[in-house]
Amino acid sequence: MSTRPNWFGRGWLAAGYFFLYIPIVLLIVFSFNESRQDVVWRGFTLNWYRALIDDKEIIEGAILSLKIAFLTGILSVILGTFAAFVLVRYKRFLGRTAFSGMVNAPLVMPEVIVGLSLLLLLVSLQNTAAFSWLNRGMFTILIGHALLGMAYATVVVQSRLQEMDRSIEEAAMDLGCRPGQVFFLVTLPNITQALMSAFLLTFTISLDDVVISQLLSGPGSSTMPIVIFSRARLGLDPRVNAVATITIVVVTIAVIASSLYLARSERRRQKEISAAFSAEAAS
Amino acid sequence: MSESSSGTAASAPAAAGGANKTAADARFLRIENLVKEFDSVVAVDKVSIDIRKGEIFALLGSSGCGKSTLLRMLAGFETPTSGRILLDGRDIAQIPPYERPINMMFQSYALFPHLSVWDNVAFGLRRAGLPKDQVADQVEKMLGLVQLKQFAKRKPHQLSGGQQQRVALARSLAKRPQLLLLDEPLGALDKKLRERTQLELVGIIESVGVTCVMVTHDQEEAMTMASRIAIMSEGRILQIGAPAEIYETPNCRFVADFIGNVNLFKGKVVEDAADHVIVDTPECRHYVGHGITGTEGMEVSVAIRPEKIRITRERPGGAHDGFNCVEAEVADLAYLGSYTIYHLKLATGLLVKASIASVERLPDWQPTWGDKVFASWDEYAMVVLTQ
Repeated sequence: MSTRPNWFGRGWLAAGYFFLYIPIVLLIVFSFNESRQDVVWRGFTLNWYRALIDDKEIIEGAILSLKIAFLTGILSVILGTFAAFVLVRYKRFLGRTAFSGMVNAPLVMPEVIVGLSLLLLLVSLQNTAAFSWLNRGMFTILIGHALLGMAYATVVVQSRLQEMDRSIEEAAMDLGCRPGQVFFLVTLPNITQALMSAFLLTFTISLDDVVISQLLSGPGSSTMPIVIFSRARLGLDPRVNAVATITIVVVTIAVIASSLYLARSERRRQKEISAAFSAEAAS
Repeated sequence: MSESSSGTAASAPAAAGGANKTAADARFLRIENLVKEFDSVVAVDKVSIDIRKGEIFALLGSSGCGKSTLLRMLAGFETPTSGRILLDGRDIAQIPPYERPINMMFQSYALFPHLSVWDNVAFGLRRAGLPKDQVADQVEKMLGLVQLKQFAKRKPHQLSGGQQQRVALARSLAKRPQLLLLDEPLGALDKKLRERTQLELVGIIESVGVTCVMVTHDQEEAMTMASRIAIMSEGRILQIGAPAEIYETPNCRFVADFIGNVNLFKGKVVEDAADHVIVDTPECRHYVGHGITGTEGMEVSVAIRPEKIRITRERPGGAHDGFNCVEAEVADLAYLGSYTIYHLKLATGLLVKASIASVERLPDWQPTWGDKVFASWDEYAMVVLTQ
């Protein structure tokens, strides 16, 4: 093996990064561009950010998106945890294969199909007397997102439950916990990290979903992606670039903060473990 | 010891311990014809054991012999296919684990990672609905017992393996169970720590006075800690007895071979008297100084432990001249300080292991590689195994 730097490999790496990040960089740059129309740099401005404050449509869309994403996250985690628990703990029950297939179906099914079939269901429900109140809007979007989110949450929680040491649940039972208490006192506290990541994942999925939202939204319930989508069809709007830039900044800060926090707590944990063992070796 | 058969052994120590031990105490935990099948695989096969109040009882066997399944049935994590488990006269086989007055110390310790040491120990007491001050008193007492008071606020991952093991013990003793179950109690510790912890653990269990059933695959651990041992293989109990009894009078080839080292000579009974038998094997003629339950002409194995064999340069004379002696060549030897292990090759090709204690510091003569020697043993050194 030669110690010569591998220029071919480095070139590929650079090309990959370029391909991944140049669109985002361009978007951020042009959110500060003075020109309204084209993709030519005309000078620095913060006008588009200022204009954003008065843009009711985008602000309302963002608030609605956040609301739906938050509720989707919570609903998905609750439903996903139940589904995962059943799939991991009960290896044999009638219809297990069918159930596990149904839970995973939204992961592989094209979103358009999922959205369309939900739309059909809602429309036919609306025609019945009992569900005539069910108008398309925030609630129906939430149902669609939760359906998708639940599938993702199930996968995340399922893998955590599978690797969890079952003997701590047995120990809890041994010490007097009824099965229900075992779940809330021992199982749940030990999968909180998985619940958090499932929440963040489904929150994000809901936040940037267009297809299902578009199909299930009604008048006056446009989420932020729908607003951006419809604006983009009318031509480039620098305010959209500004919204996107804000989103990128917020997401980047959140990701960096959480990975720093995780890395730090893992380091501290490792230090405590080695401290505990070296203290014993010394004694 | 050679007079006592395994059938009468259980009552002998009880009588020696004093007359106040009642029959109920001798059967404090009674396991009757317990069977567990998993999809037609028999994991535990008609096991019956009586366990005395206050004793430490070990289930010993290699992995997959059914000992863990048996322990899990005592804890309530598995339901027996048939049979009964009587604890102090009450059949507990169908009672769920959270209602049994039994606590278990898990092999992995199974400490709750999200709770502090204090809360781990308090967990069971709180579930029992004890008032706060009583919980606190009992937790303090338990942490004092295992000498971990200063670690009360730590989380399990901030403790070493030995400390975690003691927390697990404190937690399983906190509810004052009638029966304590230990699943490979020292299996997760390294060897040096294990030796130190064995007697410590016995001391704590005995100071509490709880009846204890442990499962282990480590014969040294079982012999150090337990007052009686049950040897298990393929779901069955082969022998139950005190450590010395199992070592000195194994009742079958498997037990003799499983516990310690043994030399086995296969042959036929040629003389069967009340006080002695003579067994002929291709290697030599054995004069055994006790009677056996067998008949003349029966195929048997003569078992001799390596430490019971003497090695001499000359053919030893004595009461049973011509018996219990073979000519051999030293094929291999290993000097281990306190004793030396010799591998002796007999004319028939059989290898005999002998271990000779280093009694003298600089003996006049020591067998070495290639030496022609005589290996001999006395009439009480042997056990005749009929199965």
